[in-house]
Amino acid sequence: MTDIRYLAPPTLDEAVRAFAAAQGAARILAGGTDLLVQMRNGMARPGTIIDIKKIPEMTSISEAADGSFWVGAAVSGAVLAEHPRFGTVWPGVLEAINLIGSTQVQGRASAGGNLCHGSPAADSVPAMVAAGAVLTIAGPNGRRTLPVEAFPAGPGRTNLAAGEILVGFTLPARPAGSGDAYLRMIPRTEMDIAVVGVGVSLTMAGGVVTAARVGLGAAAPTVLLVADAAKALVGSKLDDAAINAAAAACSAACKPIDDKRGTIVYRTKVAAVLLKRAAAIAADRAQGRA
Amino acid sequence: MNAIDNKWIGKRTIRPDGADKVTGRAGYSADHSMPGMIWGRVLRSPHPHAVIRGIDTSKAEALPGVKAVVTAKDIVNFPLDKSVMLGIQDMRWMCRNVMAREKTLFHGHPVAAVAAISEEVAEAACKLIEVDYEVLPHVIEIEDAIKPDAPILHDFVRHEGKPSNIATTMVNKLGDVDAGFAQADLIIERSFTTRPVHQGYIEPHACTVSYAADGRVTIWSSSQGQFMVRAMTSLLTGIPQSNIRAIPAEIGGGFGAKTIIYLEPVAVMLAKKSGRPVKMVMSRDEVFRATGPTSGSMSTVKIGVKKDGSIVAAQGTFYLQAGGLPGSPLRGPVGCSFSPYNIENVLSVGYDVVSNRSKVAAYRAPGAPLGAYATECVLDEIAEALGMDKLELRLKNTAKPGGKTVYGATLGAITFKETVEAIKNHPHYTAPLDKNPSKGVVRGRGVASGFWFNAGGESSAQLNITEDGNVNVTTGHPDVGGSRASIANVTAELLGIDHSRISVLIGDTSSIGFSNLTGGSRVTFASAMVVTQSAEKVIGQLKERAAKIWKIDPEAVIWDNGEARPAGPNAGQFPPLTLKDLAAKANEMGGPIGAGVQLNTTGADPGFATHCVDVEVDVDLGIVRVLRYTAAQDVGRALHPDYVEGQIQGGVVQGIGWALSEEYLYNAKGQLDNASFLDYRMPVCSDVPMIEPIMLEIPNPKHPQGVRGVGEAPIVPPLAAIANAIHDALGKRFYSLPMSPPKVLAVIDG
Repeated sequence: MTDIRYLAPPTLDEAVRAFAAAQGAARILAGGTDLLVQMRNGMARPGTIIDIKKIPEMTSISEAADGSFWVGAAVSGAVLAEHPRFGTVWPGVLEAINLIGSTQVQGRASAGGNLCHGSPAADSVPAMVAAGAVLTIAGPNGRRTLPVEAFPAGPGRTNLAAGEILVGFTLPARPAGSGDAYLRMIPRTEMDIAVVGVGVSLTMAGGVVTAARVGLGAAAPTVLLVADAAKALVGSKLDDAAINAAAAACSAACKPIDDKRGTIVYRTKVAAVLLKRAAAIAADRAQGRA
Repeated sequence: MNAIDNKWIGKRTIRPDGADKVTGRAGYSADHSMPGMIWGRVLRSPHPHAVIRGIDTSKAEALPGVKAVVTAKDIVNFPLDKSVMLGIQDMRWMCRNVMAREKTLFHGHPVAAVAAISEEVAEAACKLIEVDYEVLPHVIEIEDAIKPDAPILHDFVRHEGKPSNIATTMVNKLGDVDAGFAQADLIIERSFTTRPVHQGYIEPHACTVSYAADGRVTIWSSSQGQFMVRAMTSLLTGIPQSNIRAIPAEIGGGFGAKTIIYLEPVAVMLAKKSGRPVKMVMSRDEVFRATGPTSGSMSTVKIGVKKDGSIVAAQGTFYLQAGGLPGSPLRGPVGCSFSPYNIENVLSVGYDVVSNRSKVAAYRAPGAPLGAYATECVLDEIAEALGMDKLELRLKNTAKPGGKTVYGATLGAITFKETVEAIKNHPHYTAPLDKNPSKGVVRGRGVASGFWFNAGGESSAQLNITEDGNVNVTTGHPDVGGSRASIANVTAELLGIDHSRISVLIGDTSSIGFSNLTGGSRVTFASAMVVTQSAEKVIGQLKERAAKIWKIDPEAVIWDNGEARPAGPNAGQFPPLTLKDLAAKANEMGGPIGAGVQLNTTGADPGFATHCVDVEVDVDLGIVRVLRYTAAQDVGRALHPDYVEGQIQGGVVQGIGWALSEEYLYNAKGQLDNASFLDYRMPVCSDVPMIEPIMLEIPNPKHPQGVRGVGEAPIVPPLAAIANAIHDALGKRFYSLPMSPPKVLAVIDG
């Protein structure tokens, strides 16, 4: 049996110090829905576990005066769903986070953990990318911020430097006429992992798209920001030509693999279909129709 | 004993094992522990095909905490040149399946096992075992395995005089197919493939074994037959059956795959060597890699009909994957595919093909679903070509009582026609279907039928009256699908007492007489028969006791509503004697009251089913969802309707998974890539609609309650029913399973 040190520091500073002191032998524990599974199947054998759920900043949700949202990295999906405002402002982000695991898992699983796990198929990440979320990261050298799309480095890898901890997400203030949506393709109806996932965020005025962002998951080694798809949508009334161009851009952005969860051909086609469907939902929400 | 006003038979009573199961108290395989117990782990082959040149276990044995190591040397060797059968299992293959002998034949094949003071130490010790492998080229798929230049798995396998991976050929014949096809106005011939699918039971294989100082072995494990565990362990360890007691744990699903053993003989040898009780529990990964799925298949079915739809000839060729050792369920497709129909000329041929996959095990109506898939899809095409209603085509050709089947049996009182009519007259089949409810969504309806042999076989029961006048009934086969609940109903009905006064138990191998496996849809049929005869004997004893007390002739006593009464006024005037009264006087009137019966039961006539399904296809994503499902089956008599419905619904759900999503995925190295419930995609609850069972209760004249086996027939039609429904929705046919989204989209995009 291996002994494991368990720490639950009450402040971020203490967590950062403990994490740095462990020199790579420590793992951060939020909900543990990935970490404990990895430990059970022998993929992770941490010497120290640092539980961040005692740190108020990492478990809090707050809406600033300017309308931006702070979501701590360890906030669980269930807690976020109960927030009176978050789901009305960011319904797409919330539905993406709420797709992580079963109802029971939702009581523990967090968007921070989902991002740090580094899976290209992580459901919350394309929605966060579409939302334009900015990360706050703390480490031995202080704090820094990073756009969420710059965080993943490859399957199972992130751009966190040694000793750094993801603190949380800032979602920007939402102009009037905005809406977002996330859709994923899974062969089953639940208890499954995305074959492709697409997040779309739109701002519209008078039926015209004034701003757009598109996140694409499970179609490349990392979740992607698909700028060309957004470009095709901005300035349009979401007519067929614009939607088809955005869908084509999504397919073009795909660099998928053939694996047990999907084929290159299938993923490339599905990325386009999901873009169309997610854009339609986001547009309905932006225009108050849903 | 089968009247509509039965008090208990046919009622939805609370199952005897229910409270323990819903409160987490029920003892499953992995729940038993003993003082001094240690843990066993299996070292498995990383190669799909390799010669074992040598195994050095010295470093593992030297690791502190390790108590025993076993390899194939510790398991009884059944030489390749002489078949030793236990039921349908050849011990030559079983001994090589529980522990690789000359060769490893699949990724995950056991090579050695360790027992140590903890699972961690056992796992660490497995890594210290040095196996010298000579890696050989491997072959996974049937089409590759039957090529002339395929890597040959076994030198002793010959087909048509040459080394081959075709281990067995089975030919069933009726009439003359060439003459039959010559009469046909229309012949349709199609080829199909299906993938191996796992039984997907929730409870992994596990056991705890004690080897006492006097050589007596006790095994706690879940299986579909404690007597099978005893017999197979005895053969593989050389310990006589009288020295082995196999105690059945509650079982968390078997579906056929727990009709053989994997861990028990290994654990026995580890316990013998270490002198300590040994517990072994498989991980889910091990269950997928190394326990039997059912066969994948390649089949061709050709059917010839006259213009009026009457079938004049049928021919089927079925190649089945056996896994690394011979033994695929050929008789399923060969015997069942055409047996719902009255066809004079049939040729049905099966080939057993070995390849570097885990050895197949039985799975619910073994082999029959993949045969029915081919036949029932071809019939759908024939009905379409003739412009005939699909059910009318089946009605026109239904097998008849007294008809001869291709597998040799003559049919008794069969009720296939009734299942087809039940669907034809059901509001599901007659309801209009909106075939294009919205843009990008299409719907379709399909039907298919199925046949399964059913089985009787050996069963034992013991019915004892307790001293306080209540009842214990013990039978000898594990309760997989609610058999205790059915037995409680039968016993209450026969004795005329309240259901709550009866305790139904599953005996271990030392406490009840030999009973065959829970399998073949036999247990409720067979155990109700032996329990009925036991109850009749007990009632006879009770009448004798009453007669003795009243000093009248036993013939003058009747047993009615839980009491002995004088048969009529001439017999005398006595107040009735209840079971409690007679139990209280048991010893002074001749001793304890109880009786047992042991039989080789017969009269289990075949089961027939006809299904109807509506599906919806998302044409942009290729996703198929099942919207509505209705399954008609002759169940004879539903002793406990909940568990009959459960069998029908469960079979259909497994068929839905087989049709739409389940498959084994191997990588280029011949390693299984999806050994988890996440990536081996069985349906979850939200993937299936409420499945409506139509239980046709047409009593089987050969059974005291009219029971007909029900467990297996319901998995036979779904594969074809769903394929036919998808065709109805899309206008395109699929010839390969699973009809998973990438495959469906590829066909849609054409």
